[in-house]
Amino acid sequence: MKILMLGWELPPHNSGGLGVACYNMARALSKEGVKINFVLPYNAKHPKIDFMKIHAATNLDPLFRFGGGAYVSSNVTDHLIPNPSSEQLTSIREIQNEYCEFTKNLVAKDMPDVVHAHDWLTYEAGVAIKEKYGVPLVAHVHATEFDRSGGSAGNPLIHAIEYEGLRAADKIIAVSELTKHIIHEKYGIPLSKIDVVYNSLDEDYRNDEYAFEEEYYQYAKSKKSAGYTIISTVGRFTIQKGLSFLMFAAKKAIAKNPKLLFIFAGDGEERDKLINLSAELGISENVIFTGFIRGTRLRDIYTLSDIFIMSSISEPFGLTALEAAYHGDALILTKESGVSEIISSAFKYHFWDENKLSSQILALSSSPTLLKTLQKNAKQEFEQISWEQIAKECLEIYHLAKG
Amino acid sequence: MLDLLEKKMHEFPEFKVSFSITGTWLEQAEKWDPSLIAQIKRMVERGQVELLSETYYHSLAYFFDLDEFNAQVDQHSAKIKKLFNVKPKVFRNTELAYNNSLAKWAEKKGYQGILAEGWDKILGWRSPNHVYRPVDCSKIKLLLKNYRLSDDIAFRFSNRDWKEHPLTVKKYQRWINDDCLRGNLINLFMDFETFGEHQWADTGIFKFFDQFVTSWMKEYDNKFVTASEACQLESPVDEISMPNTITWADTERDLSAWLSNSMQNSALETLFSFKDLVFKTKDQKLISDWRLLTTSDHPYSMCTKYWRDGDVHAYFSAYASPYESFMYFMNILRDLEYRLSVSSL
Repeated sequence: MKILMLGWELPPHNSGGLGVACYNMARALSKEGVKINFVLPYNAKHPKIDFMKIHAATNLDPLFRFGGGAYVSSNVTDHLIPNPSSEQLTSIREIQNEYCEFTKNLVAKDMPDVVHAHDWLTYEAGVAIKEKYGVPLVAHVHATEFDRSGGSAGNPLIHAIEYEGLRAADKIIAVSELTKHIIHEKYGIPLSKIDVVYNSLDEDYRNDEYAFEEEYYQYAKSKKSAGYTIISTVGRFTIQKGLSFLMFAAKKAIAKNPKLLFIFAGDGEERDKLINLSAELGISENVIFTGFIRGTRLRDIYTLSDIFIMSSISEPFGLTALEAAYHGDALILTKESGVSEIISSAFKYHFWDENKLSSQILALSSSPTLLKTLQKNAKQEFEQISWEQIAKECLEIYHLAKG
Repeated sequence: MLDLLEKKMHEFPEFKVSFSITGTWLEQAEKWDPSLIAQIKRMVERGQVELLSETYYHSLAYFFDLDEFNAQVDQHSAKIKKLFNVKPKVFRNTELAYNNSLAKWAEKKGYQGILAEGWDKILGWRSPNHVYRPVDCSKIKLLLKNYRLSDDIAFRFSNRDWKEHPLTVKKYQRWINDDCLRGNLINLFMDFETFGEHQWADTGIFKFFDQFVTSWMKEYDNKFVTASEACQLESPVDEISMPNTITWADTERDLSAWLSNSMQNSALETLFSFKDLVFKTKDQKLISDWRLLTTSDHPYSMCTKYWRDGDVHAYFSAYASPYESFMYFMNILRDLEYRLSVSSL
């Protein structure tokens, strides 16, 4: 089986979960004997990747893949998927056009059995190849524009591209039941065309040598030794993440148990609003903002924490929850997150239910037994989901797409 | 089900059953539908229903606190005496939890018989269809559940994947007759909620029961007996020893559904650590609330084994997960602690 995989990023130049998922999925597929050509919108070296052939569609630096100047003033690594302003989009459109042309030329020389396209950024290229060469298209949905816009309307052009890609695709892979139903309800795609394939933890997490670095986070550590429960949340601070609800719940919990320390790790457009809110609620002493962190520093946060909260209003999957569970955190997840479909050893709540969230935080912080049980069981549970199994599910879908 | 039982009792004056009813249920019936109490009383007075002895609160107190266990059993007997004017003669512990020392306790307490699971690992080649004597006892009889024939109704009746589905009266009666070759006493013990809850009405369970009673009574020499009558049927054929606790739950047949994970242990340890303080207040409301928390359903809903598969543990839990169950239980205990601190002022 020969697959043309269309993506927008790969580690080490990834800004978030999309690149990690593509990387692990491609590696697992190659172990199953699949030959993969992977197209990226930028030109960069990937010393760790020898299991597939990577093609650069442009000569751009990885930093410019979302359009020229998009990240001059903001933190580059802070954007999982762009939420572009109109002028930035113009230049993303240019990159997409180039990407499309390059891919068509590539296919002319090296015909794949199936095209596997990841998210709206690559759908146009996938549709073009299907139209020109009749190659079956599998569209992989890591997030829809509805998720990215946090319940508001979203960008009409992106909606149009997303809809056209999903309509033309022979099969669709959704990262959760939740996403599957959004695709069905919002875009009217029949359920029979959509299969759910969950993500798993980044394999490199298990393979890399990692040890908690003692010199960092001294303050949080001192609080922990003083009997505080450390609660963290990680992600882009956008409306989609439901962090204000978390802040209100934190206020309620701290009122009953002052020995709680909340760590908000990440950055984004809601940051100032959140800092303000913590001050207004009078809990700024119990809330730490770390700014954007990644890699070892992020793993330190997971290690240090007792509890990890995913407060998203709409989260197609939620890889950070698996990362946190891997580092031994107990999980509290919103029912609006895809990851809550596969982890049953976790507390769950609706994103708006501040009372429930605060009582769950209090229960975990006041009962070491409950905390340890949830930490242990969540870890056991997700260890059972492997990339090997995910690759096998993808292969089956490729065969279905070929008809 | 009560209506059906009463109807069959009118049709066949020799049709008899034994009930094991908790004090908690009786209290609720008194409060919300006293006609149920009256109905049971009619059946008791006709001599066709025997009431068994158990803990008032459906608790596992025996394994934590013998004084409390005795108190709950006595409270139950008093309630049965008050409502139905009878004194239970046979004891069955919560979830059929049984071991040798419980049998000795029951003998000392003067019971004629005690109930337990007829588990193969204990019985070996022996049949559950006889009356036995618990080891180191001299008077009390032991009745063992015929779990295959009981579970054919209680668990498998409506299971379409079961190769015997659908279970007909004729087939079931033939199985019983076959099984009688290894002893004439078939002990069918099952939950009341088998009829209508585990097996919904549309499975045909009521019709099956209705026809089975009629069909069984038609055959010459067939009988239904109550638990204490069963004890009188024959002298014990052998001694049975169960040094470890055996229950009727899950494939393990032990207490692990209630007392295996750390949440369950911690919840019950905390609960029993409050006992002395609660009783010292002599506040009846507080004491009764504390005793309600000893009900075995609480730790059952904290059980983490199997629950992911949506089996009986999850089905009969009022909570979204074992973790939530534990959370609410501990919150209630904290509230109890608070009430204690207030009442001691």
